[in-house]
Amino acid sequence: MNAIMKSRLVWPASALILLILVNTIARPQFIKITVRDGELYGALIDILRNSAPLMLVALGMTIVIATRGIDLSVGAIMAVSGAVALTIIDGSGDPGNLATVLIAVVVALLVSLVLGAWNGLLVSVFGIQPIIATLVLMLAGRGVALLITGGFITTVNSEPFSFIATGYLVALPFAFLISIAAIVAISVIERRTALGVLTEAVGINPEASRLAGVRSRGIIWSAYAVSGVLAGLAGVVYASNIRAADANAAGLFIELYAILAVVLGGTSLNGGKFSLAGTVIGVLIIQTLESTILFLGVPSAQSPVFFAIVVVVVVVAQSSRLRSDLTKLFRRTGAAPAPAQDREKAEVAS
Amino acid sequence: MTATTLDRPVRTQEKPSMLKTFLSRNGSMMPTFAAILILILLFAGAEAFLRGDFITPRNISALLLDNAYLLVLAVGMTFVILTGGIDLSVGSVMAFTGILGARMLAEGAPVAVTVPTMLLGGAAIGLLIGILVQYFGVQPFIASLAGLFLGRGLAYIVSLSSIKVEEPAILWLQSTRMSFGGWYITPTGIIALSAVAIAAFVLHLTRFGRTIYAVGGNEQSARLMGLKVGRVKIAAYTISGFCAGLAGLILTAYSGAGYPRNGIGTELDAIAAVVIGGTLLIGGRGYVLGSMVGVFVYGTIKTIISFMGAEQSWMQIIVGALLLLFIVVQRAIVARSDGRR
Amino acid sequence: MTEDNVVPPIVEMTGITIRFPGVLALDRVDFTLRPGEVHSLMGENGAGKSTLIKALTGVYAIDAGSIVVAGERKTFSTAADAQAAGISTVYQEVNLCTNLTVGENVMLGHEKRRGNAIDWKSTHRAATEHMEGLGLTIDPRSMLSSHSIAIQQLVAISRAMVLDAKVLILDEPTSSLDRGEVEQLFGVIRGLRDKGVAILFVSHFLDQVYEISDRITVLRNGALVGEYPIAELPRDALVTKMIGHELEDLAAIASSSHRVIDRSGTPVVRAEALGKRGVLEPADLDVYEGEVVGIAGLLGSGRTELVRLLYGADRPDSGTIEVHGEHAKVHQPRHAIEKRISFSSENRREEGVVADLTVAENIVLGMQARLGWLRKVPKKDQDAVVQEYIEALGVRPANPNALVGNLSGGNQQKVLLARWLATAPELLVLDEPTRGIDVGAKADIQRKVAELSAQGLSVIFISSELEEVLRLAQRVVVLRDRRKIGELDSSSTDLDGLIDYIANAGEGSAA
Repeated sequence: MNAIMKSRLVWPASALILLILVNTIARPQFIKITVRDGELYGALIDILRNSAPLMLVALGMTIVIATRGIDLSVGAIMAVSGAVALTIIDGSGDPGNLATVLIAVVVALLVSLVLGAWNGLLVSVFGIQPIIATLVLMLAGRGVALLITGGFITTVNSEPFSFIATGYLVALPFAFLISIAAIVAISVIERRTALGVLTEAVGINPEASRLAGVRSRGIIWSAYAVSGVLAGLAGVVYASNIRAADANAAGLFIELYAILAVVLGGTSLNGGKFSLAGTVIGVLIIQTLESTILFLGVPSAQSPVFFAIVVVVVVVAQSSRLRSDLTKLFRRTGAAPAPAQDREKAEVAS
Repeated sequence: MTATTLDRPVRTQEKPSMLKTFLSRNGSMMPTFAAILILILLFAGAEAFLRGDFITPRNISALLLDNAYLLVLAVGMTFVILTGGIDLSVGSVMAFTGILGARMLAEGAPVAVTVPTMLLGGAAIGLLIGILVQYFGVQPFIASLAGLFLGRGLAYIVSLSSIKVEEPAILWLQSTRMSFGGWYITPTGIIALSAVAIAAFVLHLTRFGRTIYAVGGNEQSARLMGLKVGRVKIAAYTISGFCAGLAGLILTAYSGAGYPRNGIGTELDAIAAVVIGGTLLIGGRGYVLGSMVGVFVYGTIKTIISFMGAEQSWMQIIVGALLLLFIVVQRAIVARSDGRR
Repeated sequence: MTEDNVVPPIVEMTGITIRFPGVLALDRVDFTLRPGEVHSLMGENGAGKSTLIKALTGVYAIDAGSIVVAGERKTFSTAADAQAAGISTVYQEVNLCTNLTVGENVMLGHEKRRGNAIDWKSTHRAATEHMEGLGLTIDPRSMLSSHSIAIQQLVAISRAMVLDAKVLILDEPTSSLDRGEVEQLFGVIRGLRDKGVAILFVSHFLDQVYEISDRITVLRNGALVGEYPIAELPRDALVTKMIGHELEDLAAIASSSHRVIDRSGTPVVRAEALGKRGVLEPADLDVYEGEVVGIAGLLGSGRTELVRLLYGADRPDSGTIEVHGEHAKVHQPRHAIEKRISFSSENRREEGVVADLTVAENIVLGMQARLGWLRKVPKKDQDAVVQEYIEALGVRPANPNALVGNLSGGNQQKVLLARWLATAPELLVLDEPTRGIDVGAKADIQRKVAELSAQGLSVIFISSELEEVLRLAQRVVVLRDRRKIGELDSSSTDLDGLIDYIANAGEGSAA
């Protein structure tokens, strides 16, 4: 098991290390971490801190993808969650009150849970394709967020709320600690219980799982619910960072980056075996790449080109595997030696 | 065996009723009819609510012109969705070709070079997506996601800010108004309508078009029937990219400028319009004229909202709700036709 | 016969060999097809029928041998190539586009055009003419999906006529047709045969094969058994040739079938009138404690369908299920598992193993599904169970962390058996547990089944290899053409008797 996980993580991990090395050579201060007032600062710390929203979203996306699904609505859920939290804080008499902030965050997360559950309902009960089912909320979600904020960018000045994204606890950025907490919590839920392996079974072979008595409907549903809650938390962190709820900009394109992070981490979009550690590395690669691009003086708006190249390289590199899955769809099936599995499939189908 | 021997008349049909014949021939048109019905209801409702101020030649003409770029995108998207794929790149490709054209013109390139470059630039990104999908077996979603990133990034590389277009030939496309009574149309509107007409011709009256439907209906069957599946799929994405290039031209003419932030999320509007127009996302069923109706439904909702002075956020919610409604309707249709077999 | 030999063959396949990774799918198979004959290709599942057809239609490339069509040596690499050479295929699952009209499906790619534009009027007229040529008069503008499978099959044949097919391959065309529809199809086939079209027919229904064929070619395990004129091959001889006899040193197990079962009490599971329209006519089935009930019948006889209905894998239209005399609702596999019924599918890869999970994870999956996600089977218990079954069943490699997808078929089957035994079932349903696996693994699995049933486990055992059924089962339920035709006591019958029963019982006259 360890050997497999290792080999799956070798490529993403070396890509990350390479990126860090290149950065360090180009600007030695990249690797430097300074301590000020017992708090850590530096480029690497910034990467860890800034990656929090993407980390949260990508963790949820990993679970959804493991079930052979996809969740396009995470960005919209982030927007709604941020809008809910800020509207509550803004509407309360005392924005600086810790209790107010806690209530706001909890309500935002509950709303996100409901939205995630809605996606799960469409996918697992109504049997709608995941891309389509989550597209509905992706479209409508931002509208809901705008309604909540009344069409404005709600800004607040709340010390406890800002702390979520910018504060420090035991020398580390609080946002990074949230990431760590989420990684640990999800790992425990998935790997300490049987949820992870049942999720993989459903993602790899839904029919065999059904015949083995697995409650696939509930498992798929739970994946979308988890993804919703994590996206909601990401929305809170994002809103805290800019001290505002921006329904249009919050989580824009994050679903795409999250999917990219999951794929970079070695989890196949065809579902099944997932690696949370891989996703964590994938997120860090994306964040480091982003920081590298900025350092190179490339305007951040142009960074999508680099990501496009990364996506193409990754999918083409993976394609020999994808290709074997799709061999029978190819024209010259006979010419290319297909793996036994496909042959047998074809045999059974005819 | 005698128990199962049914003397069913499998061979001949007794003169079926008109309705039955119609349904057996045109069952797949039902979602499109539903879209037309919704459009009529929207018109009627707006007309009643605004006491006759809504259905005016001016408003209807504006509906076409304001949404001409979306109509062209929806035409291209229809090809891709009919094959059972999806193209997320169109919004950013439109932005890219738009800003590219504006930059080229600002640098003094002649129109005769600029416009073909815009169109071919869009088609090239579409071709890239098609090749990824067909030869590398990448899921359309991911392949076109790469196209989305690429288009958006390239747009910003061309220019980080908006570039005004002074070229009279481009501005002519939007500024020329041909009026008939209260009605009017501009060359951009004519281009958009021509795109619909050409697409309708290709999809319904050429072998290529019918192969698109066959591929979307059942790719495996299409291959076993000896059709050129790979070529047709790549062509569909290339057409969508070309249409995105054309939409970039229209939008540049419409706004008199290229802007790299154009069209963020427009791919979703185009997909929504196509689906609302009755094209099934699983492919194989739908009409490009339906997509036009879908764009008009979309445009009408937008107009009504701005007439009512309501918040634009309702737009997204209503479109999302309509999308959900149509997906549910489509699932019911698919489930019924599967059940019948 | 002499006439046949005068007509030169339209298709001559010689020494066809196809290798898949680890499997020799076809081993130097010869096959000839003559104009104006209906030639049936027979063999059990995995015999190589589909592979041979796919070699002829350009879906698979051949590793050795030659294909000569109408005197010319051909190499097909796509379906389009084969069609251009006059070979058309109609598959069981009708490879047409249900989203298009009947007329389009007939004419797709060959539409009548005026200039570049399709002339729909003459296209539909041409479609109508081709269909009428087969006696099919339906509206070419109606959607294909609005017609039955039988009509769709005829539409597919009409399409073959548009392509001017000289060779028509019908792969399991009748598997979802009723009697009247089969008659209509046969009428069309005879018409085409009389026009000189060569027809390759594949069906699991013996009655139909004998009704329509002129000649039969039998394959077994990827090799040619022989080619016979229909008149020279009685049914029981055909069945024997298809199934073959494998000599195995399994004498010890044979005693299992002679065990006396106490059938005085309540059966562990009793199903009454279990059926589903178009799948299985209502059938009864009961199993007593410690009993092995064999189900025999050719593929497509309804043997798999019966146990799937029993397990809740498919929803029955009719019938009731009792467990220990109490009515049980079994709508989902989960429900069956709660009643301690386990089912191992014949389709090992698609419906059995979860290929990318490990041996241990696959074995524990059944227990874990019963327990729910929250309570993970403790690691210690997992290891114990996994170790126990790897040893007891001899899973190789004996590595609990190996991916199941990398195991051989026999070892995958053992993993599945372990999965179900770990859930401590009272009734274990095994559908073709020994198909496509090596002799050693076959013996291991049979030995285990005999041993467990002697300890009180009830088993339903399905196999194409009738020796196995007779060796293990005390009672054999026989199905044919989706109908239960009877039960035999295995101590009072032998292999020939069983083959004869499968082939002829209920036909009135025994051959």
